[in-house]
Amino acid sequence: MEALKHPMKLAFLWLEGWFDRFFGAKWNPFYCLGALGYYYFWIVAVSGIYLFIFFDTGVPQAYVSTQYITHEQWYLAGIMRSVHRYASDAMVVMVLMHLCREFAFDRYRGGRWFSWVTGVSTLWLVFSAGVTGYWLVWDKLAQYIAVTSTEWLDWLPIFGEPIARNFLAPSHFDGRFFTLMVFMHIAIPLFLLFIMWFHLQRINYAKVNPARGLAMGTLAMLLVLSLVKPAVSHEMANLAEVPGVLNLDWFYLWAYPMIEHLGPGFMWGFAGAGTVLLVLIPWLPPKRRRPAAVVDLENCNGCTRCVTDCPFRAVNMRQRTDGAPFHAEAVVDPSLCVSCGICVGACPTAMPFRSASDLVPGIDLPDMSVASIREKVHAATAELEGNDRVIAFGCDHGCDAGKLGIPNLAFVPLRCAAMLPPSFIDYVLSKNLSDGVVITGCREGECHHRIGNVWVDGRMARERDPQLRRRVPEERLLKAWAAPTDRRKLLSEIETFQVQLRHLPIDKGPARLTVIDGGRKGEISETAA
Amino acid sequence: MMNPMQIIGQTAVYALFALGIGYFSTLPPYTHFDPNQALIKLSFAHGGEPVTACRKRSREELAALAPNMRKLTDCPRQRVPLHIELSLDRTIILTEILPPTSWRGDGPSKIYRRFPVKAGPHFITAKLRDSRRTEGFDHFSTRQFTLKPGQNLSIDFKPAQGGFIYE
Repeated sequence: MEALKHPMKLAFLWLEGWFDRFFGAKWNPFYCLGALGYYYFWIVAVSGIYLFIFFDTGVPQAYVSTQYITHEQWYLAGIMRSVHRYASDAMVVMVLMHLCREFAFDRYRGGRWFSWVTGVSTLWLVFSAGVTGYWLVWDKLAQYIAVTSTEWLDWLPIFGEPIARNFLAPSHFDGRFFTLMVFMHIAIPLFLLFIMWFHLQRINYAKVNPARGLAMGTLAMLLVLSLVKPAVSHEMANLAEVPGVLNLDWFYLWAYPMIEHLGPGFMWGFAGAGTVLLVLIPWLPPKRRRPAAVVDLENCNGCTRCVTDCPFRAVNMRQRTDGAPFHAEAVVDPSLCVSCGICVGACPTAMPFRSASDLVPGIDLPDMSVASIREKVHAATAELEGNDRVIAFGCDHGCDAGKLGIPNLAFVPLRCAAMLPPSFIDYVLSKNLSDGVVITGCREGECHHRIGNVWVDGRMARERDPQLRRRVPEERLLKAWAAPTDRRKLLSEIETFQVQLRHLPIDKGPARLTVIDGGRKGEISETAA
Repeated sequence: MMNPMQIIGQTAVYALFALGIGYFSTLPPYTHFDPNQALIKLSFAHGGEPVTACRKRSREELAALAPNMRKLTDCPRQRVPLHIELSLDRTIILTEILPPTSWRGDGPSKIYRRFPVKAGPHFITAKLRDSRRTEGFDHFSTRQFTLKPGQNLSIDFKPAQGGFIYE
């Protein structure tokens, strides 16, 4: 599986790097493929509602009303029809790219299996919704779809009489059929919407709307395409004739030639095996899950910050169980926890200055505790010297700053950049363990744990709790978001940062703090001012 | 504010995406059916005779049954399989035994077959056996058609309407 994922991931990273240059992180379509899928869904829904006003059921009314929509009222309904079609096509592209990207970046296993499995189930609904739409037009293409679909369904031994017989000859066909198709073309998207909502139930802060600029650009693109190449029908369906050459919509109808040439049995096998394989992929092989975050009630004051910051809804609050004078306590659901440590970074008790007692925060990762990070910081910075000493904290999924070969740089790996409590930056600088701090992680807008770098930005900008203390000088802090393929960029940024550090006046530099009594009592006083 | 490179880049990306969507939404064209051919479709759903004839129950047998079950005849549910044979220009192109559907074998036998043929004059013969006889056919139909290119000729079977129906 890795042999498949790795090249896919590299391809995405390369493409996304280019898109970052053109769109910036906020507008980069790759960072909001799911949101674009939602956006296209709404465009399809709104345009579909408008078209429904003019659509008539029956033979030949379905075809005639569609021709009216396309040609008589081309300036509005015709454009709506084209937008309806092209947005549907774009939705397929977004859904498939979203699926491939989550696979390539290994975001479908462990605690994230639920989103994957529910996402896979939308595939059938998206295609069914599209196929029923093409069916409604009742042109030659619709006839082909109707006959081939029913022949495919008839392969299943569940129908007493072949349902393809409904399209055997003109006398077999009934206009009531359109009532059924209209119902299905409305019911399937509604069910799809329900599954799309369900798809997001195990994540917090789901991005369901693309950035406004991207949304406007996308809509403009659809409108221009609709004017340049309006969607039109084939000739009206005639069951006394066989459709010859057809202009298939390959986004939705790619399976139909396969049904014809390889047989309905093969196609059922292909679709069934493909669906089962996609559903089982999160367990092929299962992700080796790290221990979930644990709550230490003695240090949990029920502040809810971990609940607020958890991207996966793995932390919740419940009524206090230990009699402590707090209203609530945090509780972790291990089945949802992906061990990203973002909750640890949000915990106000994850304070490295603490020395009077063991450094045990209210919530912590058993296999990468805050205390162990503090130890790593001390060990990693021990060898640094000069006035350009840098300690870099980086996540598992971004560019590994420790492997860049930068002199005078110590690297402490984290699960996610947002796992680092901001007080660590204060701690490192105030204890004079380094001259500067680098926080690095996944590219801006595409955190492996969804929103880690957003939280880091908020905390460092002192806009989100726990905030970086105001006494920490900004010139000694560098945020450098970089993917594994951005080595050169990260190297350049850190080297520039080191040059900047060398030129900072030592006496007017950071608000260096001295910890009285070697930090044993945890009392701090400013001396540099 | 976007710089010129961003404007050009974004425009190019939107244009490429629109080009891809616009192209593959209708192209390349797909030839579903050779326009010089015609299609014959044979399809029906029809139940054969019961596998054995109904039998009159004796008085003793009727007495042994519950009052509400005392039907004078005992008829089997199972149906005989149908034998269908289709010839085109005096060449048999289909001969098949169609078993009854359902677990108990009491449902109709069904068939749905497509036969692409050259457009032009054709001589079609359809034969069907739906009784307990073991040889010969119960229904027989012969027709001559001149099929136009792209024509769809359906052959149905409805005993109430006289047997084979060509449309």
